[in-house]
Amino acid sequence: MRERVLSLYEKWVVKHVAEIGIPRLLIGCFVAALLCVAYLYDMNLSLLLSDSLVRVGRNGILVLALLPAVQGGLGLNFGLPVGVAAGLVGLLVPMNLDVGGWKCFLVATALAAIFGWLAGLAYGWLLNRVKGQEMMVGTYVGFSAVSGMCIFWLLAPFHNRKLIWPIGGIGLRTTLPCTSGMSHILDNLGKLELGQLAIPTGLLLYFLLLCGLVALFFRTRTGLAIRAAGENPLYAKACGISEDRTRLQAAALSTMLAAIGIVAFSSSYGFVQLYQAPLMVAFPAVAALLIGGGSVSRASVSHVVIGTLLFQTLLTIALPVANKVVTGDISEVARVIVANGMILYALTRGPR
Amino acid sequence: MPHILELTGIAKEYYGNRVLKGVDLAVGEGEIVCLVGENGAGKSTLMNILFGMPVVHSTGGFSGSVKIGGKSVEIDSPFKAMACGVGMVHQEFMLLPGFTVSENIKLNRELTRPTALSRAVGGLDEAAGRRLERLDHAAMDADARAALARVGLEVSEDTTVGTLPVGHKQFIEIAREVDRKNARLLVFDEPSAVLTESEAERLLETMRALASDGIGILFITHRLDEVMAVADRIVVLRDGERVAELKKSEASVQRIAELMVGRKIEKRELPPRSFEVSDKEMALDLQDLKVEMPGEPVTGVSFTVRRGEIFGIGGLAGYGKLGVANGVAGIYPSGGRVLKDGEDLPLNDPAGALRRRVAFLSEDRRGVGLLLDESIELNIGLTSLQVQGKFLQSWLPGLSLLDRGNLRGHAREMIEWLDIRCVGPDQPVRRLSGGNQQKVCIAKAITLDPDLLFVSEPTRGVDVGAKQRILDELVALNRERRMTIVVTSSELAELRSVCDRIAIVARGKVSRVLAPDAPDVDFGLAMAG
Repeated sequence: MRERVLSLYEKWVVKHVAEIGIPRLLIGCFVAALLCVAYLYDMNLSLLLSDSLVRVGRNGILVLALLPAVQGGLGLNFGLPVGVAAGLVGLLVPMNLDVGGWKCFLVATALAAIFGWLAGLAYGWLLNRVKGQEMMVGTYVGFSAVSGMCIFWLLAPFHNRKLIWPIGGIGLRTTLPCTSGMSHILDNLGKLELGQLAIPTGLLLYFLLLCGLVALFFRTRTGLAIRAAGENPLYAKACGISEDRTRLQAAALSTMLAAIGIVAFSSSYGFVQLYQAPLMVAFPAVAALLIGGGSVSRASVSHVVIGTLLFQTLLTIALPVANKVVTGDISEVARVIVANGMILYALTRGPR
Repeated sequence: MPHILELTGIAKEYYGNRVLKGVDLAVGEGEIVCLVGENGAGKSTLMNILFGMPVVHSTGGFSGSVKIGGKSVEIDSPFKAMACGVGMVHQEFMLLPGFTVSENIKLNRELTRPTALSRAVGGLDEAAGRRLERLDHAAMDADARAALARVGLEVSEDTTVGTLPVGHKQFIEIAREVDRKNARLLVFDEPSAVLTESEAERLLETMRALASDGIGILFITHRLDEVMAVADRIVVLRDGERVAELKKSEASVQRIAELMVGRKIEKRELPPRSFEVSDKEMALDLQDLKVEMPGEPVTGVSFTVRRGEIFGIGGLAGYGKLGVANGVAGIYPSGGRVLKDGEDLPLNDPAGALRRRVAFLSEDRRGVGLLLDESIELNIGLTSLQVQGKFLQSWLPGLSLLDRGNLRGHAREMIEWLDIRCVGPDQPVRRLSGGNQQKVCIAKAITLDPDLLFVSEPTRGVDVGAKQRILDELVALNRERRMTIVVTSSELAELRSVCDRIAIVARGKVSRVLAPDAPDVDFGLAMAG
């Protein structure tokens, strides 16, 4: 009997734990425990869950944006703010013209994709000059891009009175409401309401659609070339693949996805945040990917989806629960510890 | 003449593979003993044992005894070896490029002078006090100058080492060993490989001078003329055995060459060809090919390969044989001219070579040949997919996706045909044995359907049983698919068993093209250049 239990343990528990990975298991248990505590404290679970679903949809694409860079051998793309800045420019163009609704969203996404791609090519060009230090350089490129854009927001030729400072006639405000009909446009598409639980169907489907497209892309010739060059540059060279080219493509794709992602984020959030807001955008995204089981050198779409689910749920539930249990506001502190702790953990393990 | 070093009955196994089978070696005071042998004869293992390298002890130690200065010693770490007065001049430089010549020479043996602080601390703890003493640069420089003078190198002792030419660094290495007061035995491990001819000449002089001071010298080299120039005695190793010990008077370059190579060649009947190989049809024509491959430079190689032939490239490690295939395949920068089927093959263009149906299996299987974390099937198919667009399925105009079913079917066929031992086509290749990884590489090459295949070190890191299978498969490819094959290998016996002709590359050039049944002497001489 004891042996049978042991063999079953070996067969199921050990195998599955190895498959899921201990960090993911721990975070998963933590989320479950938080849910229990929330229930015990009589908190509104439906509201908490609705919140986390929205946040999953909002942040998912930004996590997905990391994937091409990891696959292409660029490591974790801490330069995500470059793409975010490009996406914000794309979003502000139709807003400046007072375009609203779907038209605004689609035009913004298209422009964001174009600007993102171009910015990504420049970013990739830079990364090709600092091979082996992409993550360090990317972090600072991201920071510099945000600061550089601060000047741009002040000087850019946007004249719509709804966007600029009321006094002076130039310079965008720090937080702008989305044009009418544009906010929550994806959330409201096919929104399901089960009692108090609201499911932002459109937003989640949009995220999954992009995940599917990225997964398909990595089955094309170009996608496979990026993967091969990312894993083993010498192999790629022997195949006749130009590593510099695939790295450029990976950086451009990653930056483009970040640009598209910030359009979806802003529309779902209802506000466009400028200036210092995108400064730290890469960190929670990176943490989510790592929690999902990705690493500096390997990640997949499933890591993106699982990681976003775990990380965002953790954040949305942990904050109110923590505030309830502990007097005083420790939620922000907890969030920073979880996000950066996760990054630290993954980086110290290093590439195999 | 008293013996400084006496090794008796040294035997060593690596994972059941006996690399040394009871070797005796002695070096007397002021004597220069040359140790010669092919790659894999056991020279490095013997030196690792003498220096107590960790690799020896982590793999089960060795048997036999080591005596230094007539006393039995147990050398279990390089520090112990140094304490016993054994010094090593390395092939790769162990110098700190940012330090000066004298700092490098006196590294870890610095001369110091006490300071006020060191005296104060020394009163409490003598060792700690010594660590706080000041470097005595004047004394160190004087020592360094003396050592440099002994090796005949004229550089200022305060030059930074990083700025010096390669040849000088080699002499600084020697000066460092010479400077040690207890130096009794110096091992030179192929020191002349990086030296120019005049520098090599001076190296030999230095060795003679050191020997006349009473230091014993063990000289490992592939250059037989150098052996003849300095050796008092010559020890020949082959397949882990000491096959001969010659006095200088009884040795000749021919004799050493023959002893190094000579082995019973198992004569195997190769299957006959159903087609003819003639001098009229050339598959490949190399004209003065130069390749900048680190460690294996090719300085100008010319030969022709007939269509349908199995052509061998042999030679000693570091002499450029591996560079030839890497150059043609475009992996390392190359110059000169390469004709395939009479037409120019673009150089420095791996994709171009592949499109002209030239495939290359790298000697660095795990580094260049495979994506270790990807599946067997992807490894087999990816190159063909990239170069020839195989295994792609068109979904929309301009959108083609990987055709998993087709790829899997093909991978299954290959697994069966080559007998790759695996769980299934989706197993990552990292988990396969060396032999099976090599078969995946062969499958990758077959999938490209080349008519000219370069294979480098096909049996390196492959266990004995799989070796023969891999060679058989190469022969089968040649006979059944009429593939022209160029095999590069360090194992001469292997080349002689499958090739129609063998080019021996020495010092970056073809020294001779030989028939596989040519006498051992010819091979030995050709390899030594």
